[in-house]
Amino acid sequence: MSLASAALTVAAAAPHGFLSPTGVEITFLLVSVVTLAAALVTVTTRQLVHAALWLVATLGGLAVEYLLLTAEFIAWMQVLIYVGSVVVLLLFGLMLTKAPIGRSPDADSGNRWAALTVAVAAAAALVWVVVDAFRTTWIDLAGAPSGTTKITGASLFQYWVLPFEALSVLLLAALVGAIVLSRKAKGEATTTASTPAVPGTRSEKEGVR
Amino acid sequence: MNGALDVALRLLVVFAVFLTFPLIIGQTEHKVMAHMQGRLGPMYAGGFHGWAQLVADGVKFAQKEDVVPTGADRRIFQLAPAVALLPYLLVLLAIPIGPGQGAVGQVVDAGIFFVLAVMGVGVLGSLMAGWASANKFSLLGGLRTAAQLLAYELPMLLAAASVAMAAGTVSLPGIVDAFKWWWVPWQIVGALVFFVAGLAELQRPPFDMPVADSEIIFGAYTEYTGLRFALFLLAEYAGIVVLCGLTTVLFLGGWHGPWGADGLGWLWTLLKAAVLAFVVIWLRVTYPRLREDQLQKLSWTLLVPLSLAQIALTGIVKVVIS
Repeated sequence: MSLASAALTVAAAAPHGFLSPTGVEITFLLVSVVTLAAALVTVTTRQLVHAALWLVATLGGLAVEYLLLTAEFIAWMQVLIYVGSVVVLLLFGLMLTKAPIGRSPDADSGNRWAALTVAVAAAAALVWVVVDAFRTTWIDLAGAPSGTTKITGASLFQYWVLPFEALSVLLLAALVGAIVLSRKAKGEATTTASTPAVPGTRSEKEGVR
Repeated sequence: MNGALDVALRLLVVFAVFLTFPLIIGQTEHKVMAHMQGRLGPMYAGGFHGWAQLVADGVKFAQKEDVVPTGADRRIFQLAPAVALLPYLLVLLAIPIGPGQGAVGQVVDAGIFFVLAVMGVGVLGSLMAGWASANKFSLLGGLRTAAQLLAYELPMLLAAASVAMAAGTVSLPGIVDAFKWWWVPWQIVGALVFFVAGLAELQRPPFDMPVADSEIIFGAYTEYTGLRFALFLLAEYAGIVVLCGLTTVLFLGGWHGPWGADGLGWLWTLLKAAVLAFVVIWLRVTYPRLREDQLQKLSWTLLVPLSLAQIALTGIVKVVIS
């Protein structure tokens, strides 16, 4: 979100209001309602694989929101990384478990109230920060798109290059950590090390994630 | 031209391509495979060299009963073929076949990312089918599909990124516009990696471990019958169209040809894509199926390093010539 925000155009001169919304704004709200609903179903459904598939709907809805905000590059990245890779990885992991068809009666946790508290607190903090930071920033939806690959790339590598690099170091650490963990597990259980290829690739991708 | 009419016309053309090209490739596959194996292939349906064989197959599929197994997760089972097929229709929209605005369904600014992202979604259909069928063979097929996608998505992306670096743009028409003939030797490694990884994502032989008939019947599609099964098959052939089109556009210069790009440029695109489709069929007849560990090894120890080397080479040449 911070990437797209760097490319926002500040149009202070023109008056903006929340009344008389445009078609894009109405669509944005409708999509966000659907996305929120899908997210709620994701965390409340008792069917594990359904939860993963509702997550697809949630992430896809987010991609649509990015598109509506003219952040095309971010939207396709969202689909590519989250829908195309992370969810596939999740489903792969679920298929290795029992993941029964129908409800899992034990797919519930005693921590649900703690989880709800943390989620609400995190959401409130995020909403507060974003609203406070971008209160006076407006995207000119009618003008030239402000989230094209060129603009996003320029802002990423001019203003945000340090966080970008720090993030890649973090991912590298996760990658190395995943390899170390999987090798250690293999060393402890040398007798079951008959399938070298598939576990290795799994841990590596988890690192990438 | 009227705006809405223009959009409708474009969608109609793309839809027509989506319905006919996979069938043409399927029929070509029948015939090419047959002749490579010293047979004739279908000869009766339609009269001339069995040209209507696939139409007859389609009619047969439509007549069959649509069975959903009792233990299956009904809705996901029924939804899976659509999830597998529709992404390819969307991707076709963005592939340009000629210069200018008139020869592409819709110009997408970040075309490469759009195409690769949406293609990746198609695999979800196979995973849904594999899990929802309540069948061990299907589940194994789904597992193998997921493992294969995770392994081959990375080299495919890296190879595409190399071309984007070379062209300085991520828009598909922009890449073809920037193309020069010497890009072919320059990007040849990336092209091979992209094509091979694409074959693996489509689960075409020799990368058809997820549907290996001698081990797991037909993988994730074992329980499917009738039209839904036909839709999965159609998705495979639509995938071939998309992969060949993309390889043509990214690595082979699309509409550029020896006699200029004007007028008959779209013919060059189609010709190159057709040759690639022939290669896809040829590979199916030629190579035996790769084992699961060989599949993973090929990607992680050969294709990923090769694509990284290609990116390094692209960067070096780009700096030298600029």
